[in-house]
Amino acid sequence: MSLAKRIIPCLDVDRGRVVKGVQFLDIRDAGDPVEIAKTYNQQGADEITFLDITASHEARDTTLHTVEAIAAEVFIPLTVGGGIRTLEDIRRMLNAGADKVSINSAAVFKPEFVQEAAGKFGSQCIVVAIDCKQVSAAGEAARWEIFTHGGRKPTGLDAVEWAVRMVNYGAGEILLTSMDQDGMKQGFDLGVTRAISDAVAVPVIASGGVGNLQHLVDGVLLGGADAVLAASIFHFGEYSVPQAKHFMRSAGIEIRL
Amino acid sequence: MNRVAIIDYGMGNLHSVASALALVAPDAHMQITSDPAVIAAADRIVFPGVGAMRDCMGEIRRLGFDQTLKSQVDAGKPVLAICVGMQALLASSEENGGVPCLGVLPGVVKGFSLDAEFQQANADKTASARLKVPHMGWNQVAQTQAHPLWSNIANHSRFYFVHSFFVQTPSAELIAGTCNHGIEFVAALAHNNLFAVQFHPEKSHEAGLQLLRNFMAWDGKC
Repeated sequence: MSLAKRIIPCLDVDRGRVVKGVQFLDIRDAGDPVEIAKTYNQQGADEITFLDITASHEARDTTLHTVEAIAAEVFIPLTVGGGIRTLEDIRRMLNAGADKVSINSAAVFKPEFVQEAAGKFGSQCIVVAIDCKQVSAAGEAARWEIFTHGGRKPTGLDAVEWAVRMVNYGAGEILLTSMDQDGMKQGFDLGVTRAISDAVAVPVIASGGVGNLQHLVDGVLLGGADAVLAASIFHFGEYSVPQAKHFMRSAGIEIRL
Repeated sequence: MNRVAIIDYGMGNLHSVASALALVAPDAHMQITSDPAVIAAADRIVFPGVGAMRDCMGEIRRLGFDQTLKSQVDAGKPVLAICVGMQALLASSEENGGVPCLGVLPGVVKGFSLDAEFQQANADKTASARLKVPHMGWNQVAQTQAHPLWSNIANHSRFYFVHSFFVQTPSAELIAGTCNHGIEFVAALAHNNLFAVQFHPEKSHEAGLQLLRNFMAWDGKC
């Protein structure tokens, strides 16, 4: 008996529609978020992550309504991220039915925000999302850096050091996305997943790059991830959540079936 | 009429609990309330809780819910306490440097990372197998006594947990379920008309919804 590793389908939502891009660009439409969330719930997903990638501020109310609609019908944990910048943003999302919020660039601009958020709402609902790229050259010791603005702006922050700092500030979970791998279907960046998993005491969700079920297994067994997040392999029907779960269990991973 | 009061003391999202109860008991009259009169008039009570214990207990005391809750428990109404709501029922918690709690049930609330046995269990593990805190995700619950709230739920079903602190009680007869995260800990407590769970039934899919369905049909007797 022990804690199961989690499979988390991720909905990237733009103005009320689920979309999926490649390396944060080249967006494809994948459907209605409420219907998709219900399907994953029925399929036995362990959790759902909802990332609002809507650029315009006025469309954010759409997001709140969508979160409310999902939370009224889906009885598994729901994490909401994208545009979370203030304690009021967090309060509104939690009241709309989110169980956790994911803080990304706001943490980079103002790290103390994570401290305030965890102090106010508890670490259990504060996820810090880390978007990173490998910046070391071949032959050098591996090094990953935090990037913002969809991967366009380097920050000079070392990803592993940043993760440790965020956990010290009260993050209850790390959502780690490799921007080199995102949408590429070549598997997670196992190096940075391993490095951060070993460096922090909180759960780490591996994200970015899943193209087949072996990649999910590798994320757990080689990367040391506590949960694996994927979008397009589920949205476009390449694999179902139960298929993924059976595959992971047959690889010896503790899974909720 | 089946009136259920979900006690609102300003700590976190109560809509998930309300939506889940509405799904399993569509005819029930549900109120998310901080009004002691509404709580006293209800047939059954849900006592949820998220966040830090000091803030929770501060709000519970400020709103006078300590007395309200104790009198409702004494009146024999079915009461379901969830997560920090469960922890608040014990005598005290180690969280936030030590917080006195309601003392409705004997025992204390301890932190995983502060617990010597947990530290030992983790020290024996390689980095990749290290147990994380918070204990977050789906874990199996062993039903250690028969109870109406376990009705139609398979033993060792998985429920969703998210917590860094856990309950320890000297009264073994109160333990209704256990779970393991490096150490065995209490997942559910039962005492007469009171049932308390460390996991989140409202987030635990079929098994959780069944537990809520059982609660809505429960007469408060074991």
